[in-house]
Amino acid sequence: MRTEDLIRALAADRPRAVPPLPRLLAAALLAGLVVAVAGFLVELGVRADIREAAGTIRFLVKPATMLLLAASALATLPALARPGGRAGPGLLLAPLALAAAVAVELAVTPSGAWGGRLVGSNALVCLVAVPLLALPLLLALLGALRQGAPERPGRLGALAGTLAGALAAALYAIHCPDDSPLFVAAWYSLAIAVTTLAGAAAGRRLLRW
Amino acid sequence: MRAADGGDDAAYCRLLQALAPVVRGVVRHALLRAGAGTDDAEDVVQETLLAIHLKRHTWDRSAPIGPWINAITRYKTVDALRRRGRRAEQPLDDVVATLAAPPAEDGLSRRDAERALATLPGRTHQVVRSISLDGAGIGETARRLGISEGAVRVALHRGLKALARRFGGESA
Repeated sequence: MRTEDLIRALAADRPRAVPPLPRLLAAALLAGLVVAVAGFLVELGVRADIREAAGTIRFLVKPATMLLLAASALATLPALARPGGRAGPGLLLAPLALAAAVAVELAVTPSGAWGGRLVGSNALVCLVAVPLLALPLLLALLGALRQGAPERPGRLGALAGTLAGALAAALYAIHCPDDSPLFVAAWYSLAIAVTTLAGAAAGRRLLRW
Repeated sequence: MRAADGGDDAAYCRLLQALAPVVRGVVRHALLRAGAGTDDAEDVVQETLLAIHLKRHTWDRSAPIGPWINAITRYKTVDALRRRGRRAEQPLDDVVATLAAPPAEDGLSRRDAERALATLPGRTHQVVRSISLDGAGIGETARRLGISEGAVRVALHRGLKALARRFGGESA
């Protein structure tokens, strides 16, 4: 086939308008969240002492850092889904915020208590629940991102995994009885690393174009 | 591209015709620099044009179009090199011979496009063939095949998407 012939066919084809990527991502997040929240309410539920906990800084830092991570990942996705797009430095915000929280925690608690706070009481549940809650979010995001054209499909998939993991972690934080930033830095990060790797593997397969 | 957004098919056709030689130059240069032959350069050119067409909604209308086109060309060239690497690298003699030979500028793709076109199912195949190879318009194709213009448009769009998918030997 000659290139001129192909160009004739391309020029004759008028593609249907594709909704802008931010709108597709919003719809995907909404759909994924519905499933994740339903799963959360059925299997985990809000912790019993939520009223007292919600007034403590330690508790509030958990969803705050996770939502910050989710917001920065969401803001970066469209750039990575576009040929020639570049990621900004915004992704560093949440890790820096969490590092600051860890520093404060180390300063205000006696070193004898560090170990117990780090290990917590619920680490295994965290490692299982966060990736499971993230799954519907990741699938919906990957579906929306197939409309994009990432230069590095694996990297875009990884970022989608980070976003799904961060939102799942923010949700899980309402159930989780461990409030120390030490616990969050160790186990939430590990759980989000799992979803990020899963996203990278899926992206390499599903987001090629 | 902005004119094409407004539905100006002739302007869009001119844009693609103007882009083809630029893309061809970039692809050949990249293939040679990677130490690969340029035998199937035209396949990569066509694949890139298809991608520019099917992914045109990913161009940020407020940004210059050049970097966007470069990025797509780069992606498709790297993709082709990776695929070829998997297929087994050509012996060096071939590469040297290709370097010495005058580059074919006839714009004819060698393998992938023909193969991909041949795998399209019946009606889609007829429509794409009629418009690309025979140079028939939408209306003429519709009359010739005895189907509505809408059906021709649908089949054409579906055919181009399938071409893009099969170009890369996705099923292989």
